This record gives sequence, C-alpha cells and structure tokens, in this order.
Amino acid sequence: MILTTASERRALLDRSRTVAMVGASANHSRPSYFVFSYLRTKGKLEVVPINPAVAEIDGVHAYPSLAAYVADRGAPPDIVDVFRKPGDAPQVVREAIAAGAKSVWFQYGVINDEAIRLADEAGLHVVVDRCIKVESARFDGGLALGGVNTGLLTARRRAR
Amino acid sequence: MEDRSFGFRTRALHAGTPPDGETGARALPLHLSTAFVFDSTEHAAELFALRTYGNIYTRIGNPTVAAFEEKLASLEGGLGAIATASGLSAQLITILSLARNGDHIVASANLYGGTVTQFSVTLERMGIETTFVPPGDMDAFRAAIRENTRAAFVETIGNPNGTVADIGALAQIAHAAGVPLILDNTFATPYLCRPIEHGADLVVHSATKFIGGHGTVMGGAIVESGTFPWGAGRHPLLSTPSPGYHGLNFAETFGEYAFLQRARAEVLRDVGASISPMNAWLLVQGLETLAVRMPQHVANARAVAAFLRERDEVAWVSYADLPDSPDRALAQKYLPLGAGAVFTFGLRGGREAGRAFIEALELWSHLANVGDAKSLVIHPASTTHQQLTDEQLRAGGVGPEMVRLSVGLEDAEDLIWDLERGLAAARRVAAAAAHNGASA
Repeated sequence: MILTTASERRALLDRSRTVAMVGASANHSRPSYFVFSYLRTKGKLEVVPINPAVAEIDGVHAYPSLAAYVADRGAPPDIVDVFRKPGDAPQVVREAIAAGAKSVWFQYGVINDEAIRLADEAGLHVVVDRCIKVESARFDGGLALGGVNTGLLTARRRAR
Repeated sequence: MEDRSFGFRTRALHAGTPPDGETGARALPLHLSTAFVFDSTEHAAELFALRTYGNIYTRIGNPTVAAFEEKLASLEGGLGAIATASGLSAQLITILSLARNGDHIVASANLYGGTVTQFSVTLERMGIETTFVPPGDMDAFRAAIRENTRAAFVETIGNPNGTVADIGALAQIAHAAGVPLILDNTFATPYLCRPIEHGADLVVHSATKFIGGHGTVMGGAIVESGTFPWGAGRHPLLSTPSPGYHGLNFAETFGEYAFLQRARAEVLRDVGASISPMNAWLLVQGLETLAVRMPQHVANARAVAAFLRERDEVAWVSYADLPDSPDRALAQKYLPLGAGAVFTFGLRGGREAGRAFIEALELWSHLANVGDAKSLVIHPASTTHQQLTDEQLRAGGVGPEMVRLSVGLEDAEDLIWDLERGLAAARRVAAAAAHNGASA
C-alpha cells in the first residue's frame, strides 16, 4: 500500500519503533548522516545503520545487511529507510521483503517504479520521495519552528 | 487528524497558530526573547550544524516569527517562508541567496522606485547586474536572460501603474531558460492572487502594507514554492559546497528545502535584517482578517475609480479592474476577485494641479505608504520616485501629473466627497494657468 497522505505517514511513524537505514553514511556532509543524526538524537525512533563499509556511526552498531540485522536482533525493523541510488532500490526491496519488514521508505529522489511495485505487491507500506526526518519533524513540531508550511491545522492543544 | 484542504479564511486563522502546547494559550504567544537555551551540548551542536530543528537566536528564527511565516506560506500555497525586517530586505535576501558578484538578474521596468534603486544602485555596487525590461514585452524578457542570469523579478500588480504581470507566460519563459521567477505580491496579497499557483517559484512581500493592514508595523517575507530544481546547476550558491557551513551542499542535503535553509542559515543570518517578534505578532493579527479587509478595499477602490473616470479634471485612470483597462484581461485571469486597491490617475493641469489637489484633501492622508486601513494619497514624481532619472521615470511610466491612491476602508461616499474637493482645487489651478497663458 502506497501511503500518499500526511495522516498515513503520521500513523506509520506513530506505530513504528525501529528504522533500519540502508545506505547510512558516517560522512558528516552527507544527507543520510543528517537524517541519521536527527533520528538518533531526537524523538522515539531507534535508528540502525545498514552499511557494509562501516562498523558503527556515532556509537550505533551498523549491520552489513538487513539479513544480518534480523539474524542478530531476531525481528525485522518496522521501517526500512532507503538512502541508495534509484537503480539499487529493487534489490533493497527484495532484501526488505526477505527480512520480513512491513514498511519501506524511499528518501528524496529514490524513485524506482519496479521497487515501488515489488514492495506494494508484497503488502508493504510504501512511502516515496519523502524524507523521514522532515516528516517526523512535521508531526513533532520541529518543522514549524523553521517557518515551514506543515499543512497541519488544529484548534486542539498538542494535537499536531 | 484527517486530511482536508482547508479554505483560505480557515487557514488565515489557524495555519501556523495552534493553541500553545505549553500553556494552552489560544492566542499566539509573543516570544520576546533574543536567545533560547540548549538542552545539552550535543543538542547545541546538532542545531548549529543544521541537523535538527529548534530555536537558537532570534536573528535566525523565533517561534512567534515562525508562526507568521507558516501562516503566510500556507496562504500563498508555498513550502515555507522567511520573515524579514521589511519588503526591501526580503528582496535583498532572496537575490543574495541566488546571485553573487558577476551574476545577473532580469526585472520588470515597472517596479516600486525603491526596488529599482536597490537593484540598479546597491546590487550593482555589489557586482550583481540588472536588466530592466518593459512590462509585458515577452520577447524582451526572453532576450534579456543570459548564461549568468540567476533570477527574474516582477510585481504581480506594478507599483505605481497597476500593470498586471502575465505570471504564467513569464514563468514559462523563465523556466525554459532554467531561471526562477520571483513575484512581488505586495499589492495583490495572497487573498487576491497566489502567484505560485500560476508558476512563480518565489514570492516576496512588503508585509508592511495590506498584510499588516493598519499602517502600524514594518515587515517583509519570502515564500518559497518548493518546486524549483535548485540542484540543476544554475545556482552554484545552492549546489556547490558552502564555505559558511563546512562544505555543506544545500541542494543535495536539503532537497526542496535548499533555498529556505540557505536563505535563513546563511543570508538572513549574515545580512541581519530580521523581523522583531512583536512585528511578526502584529502581522499574524493582520493575516487573520486579510480575507475580510481585502474585499472592502477592492469595493472602495472600484467606487473611487468609477467616480474619477467620469470627471473632466481627470485625464486618465490606470486601474486594471476598469472595463477599458489594457490590463483587464490579465486582471480577470490572475486577479478575479479584484485588482487590488492601489492605482493611479492623471490630473489635467500637470504638476501644479497635482499639488493643489493633494493640498486640498482633508480625509486622504498624504504620505509615502500603501495598504493602510486608511486611505492614502501621494504624488510619486515628487516623492517615492524622485531619485529616479527621467529615463527611469518614463520607463516606469510615471508622469508629473500622476497621483497614486491607496484606497482604505472608510465609507466610499466620504472618500468621494473629499476627492471632489481636491478636484475642485485642481480645476481652479488649471483654469488660472489657462487664463494666465491666454493673457500673456
């Protein structure tokens, strides 16, 4: 199921606890590091790097693959966050399905029709061309502090 | 939370201003604090590296200011906004976020005089060159775009002449050349026109005008559509490593937020033309009633324009809302609810008649501003546009006989009563001049 609305993305984030970030980088100038660092220091999601080239990022143990993550932790991540070239996305989705993941999140620009179709057909929840950091901040109030149009509107206290 | 596209009036009241999470305050809290404490050294480091969201220092951002920014961004249909000290600083920060010395911009020749001066003098001194093109001349606009052109700039409703920009056509030409289109939407406000819906990439405002609405507060804003490809190569300031942020590539790291991040974190930070939270708070009050005030501004402007065009003392009325205006078709397309409440007319008898007209008025305030709740009048050639050369004046379409009105919210019949008094004085001056001319 492809999640296209803000409330669907919010519900996914609300019910999730773990994020496996495929392609997380330890390079401080890379976009994936910005997202990793945000999720690690803010909010309730536990973020785990998936990258065969590094042992850890900021003290968080990195797994070489999603299979290694599941083998070690005994359960799949709630969200597989994809920070890879669009052409690599179908293989990441196959690994996510094999690992038993229930959701796959394609970051900005990671758009691959085959990968989207594979994930959708396997019954995964799919988010496309969105940033998990931005969407988390949209719902926890951080984005609004930057003058961003969150699209959220309520007369209820703390309901956003 | 349900997904719903709320209407303009609802967003004007609620977007960006939910009840305060800490206190439950229903009105927007006014955070008059220059700085904000960090949770920890790690939190501070994350904030300064732009890796997390939060408040640092009011020169860069403030929760009350952010509420104004989000509300305006919502009303314009943009991705986000940056509030500034004034409309002029909004323009400066926008241009400096896209261009540097050796770069070029294209602008309409029919712009507010202060904008012409900012571009042709101050930006020129900084090494950013502007080519001014006649409004509506699409071939000249296309031809003016060069390899080093970083942006195009026009006003939705031109000041003071009231010409209406063909936003869709301009956007098409600009985008074909890889250039973003900036609209100054001050005279229209998002109630009358939302340029982003027609293809504009950035919108700037002097919020001092109709957004504040009461002539009390200075402020400006930049609204970003979020749709321009900042990483495509036309804007190296956004797509190459920034020495101000340890080699950060804004386009790569922030995607659609690249412009907003750089304009705030580097340019607003370094230019320092920040808005006071007090002013932002007042501008939020203004936005809440924008959709109530603008229809009355337009109704009064239509009544005044209809009155003036029937008078013998008046040579012409330039208001795009009038049926015989050359801009009528564009106004119907882009400003279906009305072409604003600022327009010009020409008095027979030229400069002296204009002076007599203004000095005879009792109710219209003679000052250099527009967009007040009160009606305003000015003679541009002797005031707002006096720094311009004759050539620039003509290019901007400003003649010595021109009077500019900003029609307020008074009773229309009282405004017309006062204008009749002014026209009588102008008529006497014109008649005396004709008599003296005949006897000489």
